[in-house]
This record gives sequence, C-alpha cells and structure tokens, in this order.
Amino acid sequence: MPSYVLQDKCDGCKALDKTACQYICPNDLMVLNKDKMKAYNREPEMCWECYNCVKICPTQAIEVRGYADFVPLGATVTPMRSTDSILWTVKFRNGSLKRFKFPIRTSPEGKAEPTGGFATHDDLSSPALYTEPEALGLKEVATISK
Amino acid sequence: MANFETVEVTTDLLIVGGGMAACGAAVEAAYWAKKNGLKVTLVDKAAVDRSGAVAMGLSAINQYVGLRDGQNTMKDYVDYVRNDLMGVTREDLVFNIARHVDSTVHLFEKWGLPIWKDANGAYVHEGRWQLMINGESYKVIVAEAAKNALGLENIYERVFIVGPIMDGERCVGAVGFSVREEKFYIFKAKAVLVAMGGAVHVFKPRSSGEGLGRAWYPPWNSGSSAYFTLKAGAEMTCQEVRFIPVRFKDAYGPVGAWFLLFKSRATNGLGENYMETNRPELEKWQPYGKVKPVPANLRNWLMMLDVQEGKGPIYMRTEEAISKIASSEGDEKAAKKKLKELESEAWEDFLDMTISQAILWAATNTAPEEKASEIAAAEPYFIGSHSGASGAWVSGPKDVAPEEYFWGYDCMSTVGGLFCAGDASGASSHKFSSGSHAEGRIAAKAAIRYIVDHPDGINYDANSIEELKKEILKPLDTYTEFSSKTVTPDVNPDYILPKMFMFRLQKIMDEYAGGVSTGFTTSENLLKKGLDLLGFLKEDQEKLAAADLHELMRCWENVHRMWQAEAHVRTLLFREETRWPGYYFRADKPSMDHENWDAFANCKFIPEKNDWEMIKRPILRVYAEN
Ligand SMILES: Cc1cc2nc3c(=O)[nH]c(=O)nc-3n(C[C@H](O)[C@H](O)[C@H](O)COP(=O)(O)OP(=O)(O)OC[C@H]3O[C@@H](n4cnc5c(N)ncnc54)[C@H](O)[C@@H]3O)c2cc1C
Ligand code: SF4
Ligand code: SF4
Repeated sequence: MPSYVLQDKCDGCKALDKTACQYICPNDLMVLNKDKMKAYNREPEMCWECYNCVKICPTQAIEVRGYADFVPLGATVTPMRSTDSILWTVKFRNGSLKRFKFPIRTSPEGKAEPTGGFATHDDLSSPALYTEPEALGLKEVATISK
Repeated sequence: MANFETVEVTTDLLIVGGGMAACGAAVEAAYWAKKNGLKVTLVDKAAVDRSGAVAMGLSAINQYVGLRDGQNTMKDYVDYVRNDLMGVTREDLVFNIARHVDSTVHLFEKWGLPIWKDANGAYVHEGRWQLMINGESYKVIVAEAAKNALGLENIYERVFIVGPIMDGERCVGAVGFSVREEKFYIFKAKAVLVAMGGAVHVFKPRSSGEGLGRAWYPPWNSGSSAYFTLKAGAEMTCQEVRFIPVRFKDAYGPVGAWFLLFKSRATNGLGENYMETNRPELEKWQPYGKVKPVPANLRNWLMMLDVQEGKGPIYMRTEEAISKIASSEGDEKAAKKKLKELESEAWEDFLDMTISQAILWAATNTAPEEKASEIAAAEPYFIGSHSGASGAWVSGPKDVAPEEYFWGYDCMSTVGGLFCAGDASGASSHKFSSGSHAEGRIAAKAAIRYIVDHPDGINYDANSIEELKKEILKPLDTYTEFSSKTVTPDVNPDYILPKMFMFRLQKIMDEYAGGVSTGFTTSENLLKKGLDLLGFLKEDQEKLAAADLHELMRCWENVHRMWQAEAHVRTLLFREETRWPGYYFRADKPSMDHENWDAFANCKFIPEKNDWEMIKRPILRVYAEN
C-alpha cells in the first residue's frame, strides 16, 4: 500500500489548516479527507516509501506496507525520530526483531549558521566562494595555469 | 478559463528548485545579495526540508576530494570523472566543482551533519572519494542553513514551476502555479538559477502496480530542469548519457558500501565473477576498458552479458564479505563484535536512504551475513549529477576553461541570465549531493555578479504571459468541459489523464529507445519510429485533463518528461556509435567510433522554428593528455 493511515490514530492534525503529512510529502500524496478528518495517501503507486510522512506524524498514525508487487507480506520497519537520533525497529516475516539507533545531527535544531563560523571575504569577482579559502582548509583556491 | 488569481513576485535572483544545488545556491546568493542590496527568492514544488533526491536521507557523501589533507590532487578527480564517462566530460566544469566541494562538506559538518570519524578524528572513507555519514537528516540540515540564510519570507513552497519567461534572448523569470490554492505565479527576476533535478519515469520502470513509485530515482523529479532550459532556447549537452544504476534488485538498495567499504564481490548464478570471466570484453572499449576503477557503464555491461546468456541471477555476496572481514579480526570475541558492527552499518545504509530495501530484506527473512542478495540493473534515468551527464551546456570558470567553453559567467547556459546547477547542468557528472551543493554555490555567486553587471530593468510581453496562463491551466478547463459526458471520468474520448499519458510515454521509450524490455538496446530505425510516436503524444498534450491541482501538476510533470524524452531520442540518433554499453547499446553501430565521435553531442530547441538543431562540439582538456 506503501504508506497508509490508521483510522484510530489519525486525528487530522487537530483540524489545523496544514496537516503534518500533507506539509512534508515530497510527492504531494497525503491529503486530508475533510468529512472524516482523516488523512490518506491519494496515489499509493507514486509513493517512494521515503517515510517522511511516517516520521513527522505526531500521533504515529502512518505506517508502510511494502509494495505488494514484489514484497512478501508480514514485515514492518518502524522509525522513532527524536531531535538528535532515530530508533528503528525491524520486524521480520518470521517474527524476529532487530533494533538500531543512529545519530541524526550533532547541532541543536534550527541553529545552522550559514557561514559555519568560517571567515569570509568581499570579492565578488574572485573564484573564492563565501567562507573560502578558510572553509577549504587551504591557503587559496586551486587553479590551473592555462 | 479556470479562475485563478495571478500573483506577481519581483526579485533579483530567482532560484527554481529546492534540492541540494538550490540550497547551495541559497546560502551563497544570500551572502552576496546582502552585500549588494539584492533580493533572492527560492521556489520549490515541495517542502524544502524534505524535497529532491535527498528527501529520505543518504548514507554517504560521494564527492570529497580531501585537498586539505593532501589525500588526492585536483587532477586525480578530473581523470577519474573523464575515464568513468568514456572520455566525454567538460574537465573545466569538473575541476571547478572539485576545487570547491571540500568547503561545502566542511560547512555541512559545521551545520550538524554527522560524518563518521575514525579513532584519530579523520573522516571515514567509504571509497577513495566517498565519506560515510549518519545521513537521515542530511537534507533537513542543508535546508536549514538555506532557510536561515534566505529568510522564510523569500521561500515559496508547493509552487510548481512550469517554464521560463523570456525578454528576447534573456531569461527573466518563471511561471508556475500553487498546488495548494488556485493561484498562478509570475516570478520576475534579473537572473534565474535552475536546479529542479533530473528525471525518472520517462522510461517504463521494472516495478508495476502499487510498486510503480519504486524507481531508484525519486518519482517527484520529472525533467523540469530539462524542459525549462530547452524552452528558454538553451543549448543542451549529453542528452544521450542516461544513467542505469545496478542496485539490490527490486527495492534498489545502495551497493556502494558493499562494494567499496565491505569489499564484496558479485557473482552470477553459477558462482562466477563476471568482472573476471568477462574481462576480455573490456578490450573492445579501450582506452577506457583498462582504467581503474572500471567505468560504471562497463561494469554494468559485463554483468549484462551474463544476464543475456541466462547466467543469472546475479548476487551480491554479502555473506562472503562479512565472514571475510569478521574472520580477519583474530579472536572469536573480536570477530563477534565486528560482526555486530557490520550488521548495524549494513542496515543503516538502507535505513538512511532506501528504507524499502530494509523492508524487502525483513520480508524475505534476509540476514546478509547468512545469504547473498540479488542485484540488477534498474531502468534508465536522467541525473547529470551522478553517473549520467545530461544537462545544459554551461560556461566554465574564467581561470580554467578553454576559450570555447567560457562566456562570462560560471554555470551560465547559452541563454543570458539563465544559470544551471546540479542535475540541471551537463557534462560534469560525479558531483553527487556535495558537488551539486558546491555547484549551486558557484552558479549563485556568478549569477549575483551577472545581476550587478546588468542593472537595467527587464521587459516581457504581458500578453504572452496571459496566453501562457491559459495554456498552463487548460487541463482543468478540459476536464470541466468534458468529464460529465461519461459515467466515470477516467475513460473519456475527449481527453487523456496524466497517468495514461505517462504510460504511453514510458511504453514508447521502453520499446524504441532502449529500455528494460529490449535489454537497453536500440537502433536508428527503432529511434525513428519512436520519434514518430512521440510526435502523436506531443499532439495529444492538447488533450490532457486534470480534475484538481494535484492532477494539474501531474499533467505538467509528464509534459516535462516528454521533452526530456525527445531530447534523449534525438541525441541517441545523432551520436552514431555505441560509447556507453551498459547504459545503452546501438545495435546498428555496435562499437566506439573515436574518429568521428570523440565529441559532445549537443542539441537545442529553436522556438521560432519549432524545431531542433543538433550540434557537435569538441572535447577540450584542461590538463595535457597523458
Ligand atoms: C537513490 C539515490 C541515491 C543517491 N545516493 C547518493 C549518495 O550516497 N551520496 C551522494 O553524495 N549523492 C547521492 N545521490 C545523488 C544526489 O542525490 C544528487 O546528486 C543531488 O540530489 C542532485 O541535486 P539537485 O539539486 O540537482 O537535485 P535534487 O536534490 O533532487 O533537487 C531537485 C529539487 O527541484 C524541485 N523541483 C523539481 N521539479 C520542480 C518544479 N517543476 N518546480 C519547482 N521545484 C521543482 C524538487 O522538489 C527538489 O527540491 C543519490 C541520488 C539518488 C537518486
Ligand atoms: S500527520 Fe498524522 S495525525 Fe496528522 S493528518 Fe497526517 S496522519 Fe493524521
Ligand atoms: S512515504 Fe514519502 S512519498 Fe510516500 S506518502 Fe509518505 S512522504 Fe509521501
């Protein structure tokens, strides 16, 4: 089904004007059924299983069922994403479980500083981009004598 | 006509797209724009946090030259790319990206991207040029820096860009529509930077039914860069150089970590290593057959030969690779620990960038340490930033480019004020995520310089924009007019829905232009027939219908794909040789023809004539030949 929404868990993002899943899906697949106040994937066959809707849903209402045209039934892969790491639970068709935890960022959310703290310069006509050459870790930008 | 409000936005630099190249362009442009009192606006069809090919995350940064630590030289990278592309590369462009990419990677690290480090604090390499990362949030982090630099008020999300606005020979903006509300957008700008990625679903994918979206390349990049630049009248290059990745079969999980980091082998159904048994074939493709690493298309080719002979399935020997690494650990305890580590690394590789592959392994009870997994060639894609090369023909940098390749501003196409980066610019492959970001930065700085040098106002014909609006919204009108004629709206004699339009395109490309079903093989006669059929499809564009905004976007995505397809077919026809077996094979011209085709095959759409021009350009090098 690729991504699908659980009736009991979706609360339509509490009727806010933008639902989280609709906001994030890179392929514009998630929409809200306004009568039921439940979201759904309107074109499952165009889903990349990128899990962005799954990761962002505040009520864990979205799951993924592997593409039925080539994936045997019975497995699940479930993420829990926090501000600095992600925890994955992989359930096999035969019932066995694996868990993995990986870091996702080393800085506080929202704070990425465009210059990264590197020194910059004012020369619009030089080949050096902003923060260069310092950000390269070199004394100057490479060139070739023609 | 559908009653859409027209919204006009006036800016100095317009960045179309919000992926890796666009985010690089955003940080760089914001910096120089501030110094020069200019405005920068970015438009993405999706949400910048998770748009483009890196939306899911990545597990590696594929381009890092390592100049700081003296790991490689600039020439090493240029040689690598030229050889991998069978000689057809703009060395000046590759050089330009490579000299800046490390600074982009160092910025990523400062912004918070976790890059693996060894015990000495050095980056962990996957291969010579690749760095391992914990990349689940790669795009989120890169987008964050872009948003912080530009300011949210300068970013338009969920606006689908259809095409360019021209002032004579100069590009001065773009038109599009919101996929959330009934608004038609006109963006007026002094320069436009195109970074809307490559294209997928031009060819029929191997997957079917609900798995249709499972292409290696994400279904939301649909050839908008190619359409935009072609329609502006820009010269295009390498439109024949598609990319066919060999990946874990069906779910397309990455193989890089297995081949490079874990040093795995791939073998056929008989247990033979096709890279050894088919090695004599490489003789035919000299001088590139002898380079190391063997070019990607030739590696594909050696595998395909086995598949054609019925020697499949082809397996990645994960079990062998893992046991080899674990057993080299000495004692049993250390081996166990290593095994655990490898298992986690293997799964993260999938979970960071191709979660479907993790589902497939779990659903087939696959433990990589116990059994091998199938690999296969996917369908063709257009991704000039990776191992394909299609994109616009752009100016090189002043200090490096040969004269013929330099016309004033880095990354500017042959159309004034129209800049291209990432998948949108051609003949500079192997830039990947990091190099695309770096190229976005190069293009943005040059675009700001262009704007400073061209301060005059811009003009465009308001009537022609009104016409364009009508044309763009027409599928909605068509639907309104005709859909009630039949009991269900899906089959109707007066229109075609975008999905069926896409299927027709895919069938044509698959069968005539060397898709999966013909084993990536085509010929002059097949291509000519394909062009005929594309001609009918082009006429039927008039009859596209859309029930809502989402479908309107689907209509235009498929028109974009169709133009990418036509540029591809015309260039396949033009280049009368086979140079990239493993990407495509011209059965009527089965070998390389250095004498005539050691050249770029370029093309150009000429709006006034509604016709195409094919152009051969010389390959000029920046380093003396060795
Ligand atoms: C499966 C896969 C695995 C990869 N693995 C790696 C890896 O491990 N390491 C690595 O370094 N690189 C990797 N790459 C390559 C990397 O993802 C690309 O090189 C890079 O994303 C190219 O950047 P781009 O800006 O050109 O395109 P993208 O990043 O794809 O961005 C395109 C942007 O354009 C927008 N857009 C498209 N059409 C329109 C429109 N009509 N209107 C408005 N906006 C539009 C999209 O929403 C998106 O924001 C991988 C690519 C793929 C597909
Ligand atoms: S994000 Fe979750 S809760 Fe909100 S609408 Fe979507 S499925 Fe429902
Ligand atoms: S998994 Fe990705 S492509 Fe599929 S619906 Fe969710 S966000 Fe969209």
